[in-house]
Amino acid sequence: MTDLGIVLIKIILALVWFLVLTLYLTWAERKESAVLQDRIGANRASIFGLRLFGLFQPFADAIKMIFKEDFVPAFSRKFLHTLAPFLSFFFVAITISAIPFGDDIRVAGKTISLQIFDADIGLLFVLAMLSLGIYGILLSGWASNNRFALLGSVRGAAQLISYEVALGLSLVGLIMVYPSLRLSDIVRAQGSLLFGFLPAWGVFLQPVGFILFLFAAIAETKRVPFDLPEGESEIIGFFTEYGGLKWGLFMMTDFMEILIVSTLLTTLFFGGWQVPWLGAGGFQFPWGGTWHLAPWLVTVFQVAAFNLKVFFFCWFQILIRWTFPRLRYDQLMDLGWKLLVPLSLLNILGTAIVMSF
Amino acid sequence: MLKAFGYFVELLRGIWITTRHFNVNMWFHTLNLFGIKTKRKGAVTIQYPEQKKDLASRHRSLHRLMKRDDGKPRCVACLLCVTVCPSECIVIEAAEDPDPEIQKYPSTFVIDLNRCCFCGFCVEACPEDALRMDTAKIDLAQTSHDALIFGLDKLLK
Repeated sequence: MTDLGIVLIKIILALVWFLVLTLYLTWAERKESAVLQDRIGANRASIFGLRLFGLFQPFADAIKMIFKEDFVPAFSRKFLHTLAPFLSFFFVAITISAIPFGDDIRVAGKTISLQIFDADIGLLFVLAMLSLGIYGILLSGWASNNRFALLGSVRGAAQLISYEVALGLSLVGLIMVYPSLRLSDIVRAQGSLLFGFLPAWGVFLQPVGFILFLFAAIAETKRVPFDLPEGESEIIGFFTEYGGLKWGLFMMTDFMEILIVSTLLTTLFFGGWQVPWLGAGGFQFPWGGTWHLAPWLVTVFQVAAFNLKVFFFCWFQILIRWTFPRLRYDQLMDLGWKLLVPLSLLNILGTAIVMSF
Repeated sequence: MLKAFGYFVELLRGIWITTRHFNVNMWFHTLNLFGIKTKRKGAVTIQYPEQKKDLASRHRSLHRLMKRDDGKPRCVACLLCVTVCPSECIVIEAAEDPDPEIQKYPSTFVIDLNRCCFCGFCVEACPEDALRMDTAKIDLAQTSHDALIFGLDKLLK
């Protein structure tokens, strides 16, 4: 098998993982919000009477959206109007290529890294692609030729640019601690131990950075505490003039951003695929015990740990979305510029002082 | 900065409340999934077409006409219900009854449910207790207006 074939298989697997999880995030969102509001949630979609807790709901939604009319308003700029949802979708979908899913595996004498694109600027690449998602929002508002949609997209752009600053600055401390921008190096560095028992995860080394990144990243996903660009319940947002599958693409982009933020939180702050005390040969417990594992079992453990952490953060973001009310626009800007940016600058200063001793 | 810290504490309290709801409800959902009966359920939802809530005894549902012992309607066509009806949805045509004790009976008795507002005044006005709204039928939706015009045959059922 050639290297190209391996890369193609990795791309297909990563995209399948990403899109299936995105589909089921819509189900998870409905069910979780229902459970925490003492309801039951979508459970009626069935195949031959088989309901399975509404697990077929995403497919029912997809079929409904595919068969809706693909309506483009006569007053909109047609090409840009069609381009916008695909741009937003593309820039989020491409970020999955930089995420490491597990340690290198050895198959038939070949070393295969469980990562599509192991660039030395991996972290910058992810942040850059997430920022480029603004183009989809701006274009959709602008090309709709609708004042309310334009206002929504301008709100979205202003919010995303403001929080991009805090997002970038909150990660500077992390980059200083693990002196690398390569995501696989950051994950490998988190495999060591602090004080002989605590895994050297980002959350223990950069607790303030973690909280700041969490706030900024949730603002980046444009969901409820920070959902002023869309404001689907009362203020009118940037995809007002969209319907059917194009609207569905915007919605999917939202859920994909949740997943990407979860994978980033996992990779940067919670050790990525690292399992505490699990090395290449098996577990090495700090109290002296060992548990030898076969290499393939180690890989299974690592990928499972990565998925488990990602699921936890998806759950946590949905919990946040269904807990907090929306911020007012001036509060949003205050939080970004007056709290998150100064605190992340202080965090950089504090990290520098601690590291210089 | 201190104020922001206070907000942060409140955020954590909010998360604590929703997490508690999630965990408690998931616990009861899981118990019920494995067939363990608990007094408290994970959700307050009533799954409507399959489960129905008991109606209150005074609930006003679809009308029915009461019958005498011989099967004829109790109604004596006094037109009190027609008079009191605020939606003007009852139409009665009286005919002479051979029994001198009864004198009149309704040859047609039509309630137009398209207009009826289920106020129950007709039931209160009836001196013969001939009309009642206690059938407990509340799913009355039909696909045509004609199907909602109830005559003697349907009301006496």
